[in-house]
Amino acid sequence: MFYALKIAFRYLTANRAQTGLLIAGVAVGVFVFVFMSALIGGLAVLLIDRTVGDIAHISITPKARDPYVLSASAGSLVAVQKSTEQRELLRTAAAFRPLLLADPDVAVVAEEITGNGFMVKGQAIEPVLFTGVENDQVSAIADIRGNLIAGSDALSLSTMVIGAGLANTLGLSVGQTVKVRSDRGVELTMTLGGIFRLGIASVDDRAAYVSVRAARVLFDLPEGVTRIDLKLNDLKKALVVADRLGAATGLDVVPWQKSNQQLLDGLSAQARSGDLIKMFALVTIVIGVASALLLSTYRRRPEIGIMRAMGASRGFVITVFVVQGALIGLLGGLIGAGLGWLALSPFPPPEMTAGGGLPVDARLGAYDAAILLTTIGAIVAAILPARAAARIDPVEVIGQ
Amino acid sequence: MSDPLIRVDGLTKSFGEAEAAVTVLKGLTLDIAEGDMVALLGPSGSGKSTLLTILGTLMRPSAGSFQMLGVELGDADDAARTAFRNSHIGFVFQFHHLLPDFTALENVVFPAAARRGRERGEDRQRAAMLLDRVGLSNRRDFLATKLSGGQKQRVAIARALMNQPELVLADEPTGNLDRESAAQVMDLLIEINRSERTTFLISTHDENIAARCKRQIHMVDGRIESA
Repeated sequence: MFYALKIAFRYLTANRAQTGLLIAGVAVGVFVFVFMSALIGGLAVLLIDRTVGDIAHISITPKARDPYVLSASAGSLVAVQKSTEQRELLRTAAAFRPLLLADPDVAVVAEEITGNGFMVKGQAIEPVLFTGVENDQVSAIADIRGNLIAGSDALSLSTMVIGAGLANTLGLSVGQTVKVRSDRGVELTMTLGGIFRLGIASVDDRAAYVSVRAARVLFDLPEGVTRIDLKLNDLKKALVVADRLGAATGLDVVPWQKSNQQLLDGLSAQARSGDLIKMFALVTIVIGVASALLLSTYRRRPEIGIMRAMGASRGFVITVFVVQGALIGLLGGLIGAGLGWLALSPFPPPEMTAGGGLPVDARLGAYDAAILLTTIGAIVAAILPARAAARIDPVEVIGQ
Repeated sequence: MSDPLIRVDGLTKSFGEAEAAVTVLKGLTLDIAEGDMVALLGPSGSGKSTLLTILGTLMRPSAGSFQMLGVELGDADDAARTAFRNSHIGFVFQFHHLLPDFTALENVVFPAAARRGRERGEDRQRAAMLLDRVGLSNRRDFLATKLSGGQKQRVAIARALMNQPELVLADEPTGNLDRESAAQVMDLLIEINRSERTTFLISTHDENIAARCKRQIHMVDGRIESA
């Protein structure tokens, strides 16, 4: 093996220009592999950040009160009617707070009162989704403060913060008063304290943040909240954390993935497309190495014949060419991955990419996989030329 | 009387099939003793090279028996013939056939290193000693491509002796050399034959070369005319 390695290395260094070009070709393929990994991964990070960054990673709501069927004998028809006598509330939300905050994966806990209503200005009536939060939790889930375009995010019984789309539709500006009406029929006159723009149309066109006190009045809720929203340190752990908290609290705990299935499907399709491109890059590498080594085999037919005549076994000849493939793959992989890292390093993380910037994530370059797969691919590519070399008849080439 | 080094009995070699078959060796029977130095003479197409190729285990005969050191090699598989060739047979070709990207020393070491899968220090020492013996101690680190024709042939002789073979097959070893180099090469082969009792079978057209061998075998049309 060591001697085969020496001969393989000698063959590669004997024709430096050809070997250099071959390794450069492999390195370009690996560069494409690394860049695509970083781009597809970065796009996923950016999309998730933009989509999930301003929504709750986990939402906790009361268990639905579906009536139990006490007896249902075979063949009997049972009609079940959902009870609407009581509103679904988290009456003891405060009691869950210490439990939720104690979880190491939970970063933020925000109790909210949410409900539908309308905003009325003159003859214009717009549907609104009210979110009642404590004053210090306006920006706990969505970054309202960071996206204010006018006013402030301070809430009181009579001030509120609304999305820019809603303000634009109703022609509102900071300091103006407007009438709000909840789906419970309660009406309040409130002052517009701030306007934000998150860039999510469904929020900017419909959302209004009010204080908890105002929400209790609007929705006739003297106690409890309608939901608890959580932010996690790592949003990818939402499924696991949701299972854990569901078991611990007995409440309905919904991770963001369940309410964003289309996004996940899109990301999955995107990842598959990326895998396909990476696979083509690898196939190109394999074909390139195989063709170059086949040419080398042909060029070195006399030498292979001499080696065989001197008593080198077929296995030895195969090893020489397979090791050449492995060296080409390893060197090309290392150079390509290194160049990929150098090219990707100047890019900021996708979360910090400005609009129009390329959302590549240098952390997701899959450098080790690129090097490993390329080396394996090059070894596989070398098998065909190696077997061809081992079949060379020494009598034919020595006689030439 | 001891067994001969090589025993050939009814050796036949044909190329092609059926009506298109051409028989190159036609039932040769031959013994070569250990320590002999044999010249194989004959016109082109008489079957000398084919016989050398079969005795070198590079090719199988179509029929007949071929034994060396008591081992039947006529029907041995490729792996067995390759291992036997590496251990017991050395080659010197007309065009030396050195590995061009290797130095003289590396070329000589090759048969031993290929057998063990690694280069041992003692193999390199023996290779250096052999190069010294063929008068090339000052050329051991020269690439094969940087050597003259005569020097290349002497490196090829050193390589043939690397694994201390019982038999060295030489196909026109002086055919590509000038008169002076040819004489030096023959002197070397004769000296090795005398000192180490290595058996040589030398295919040649040159009657002068043949005259310096202990024994001559004349081949004509695939048959041994005189031995």
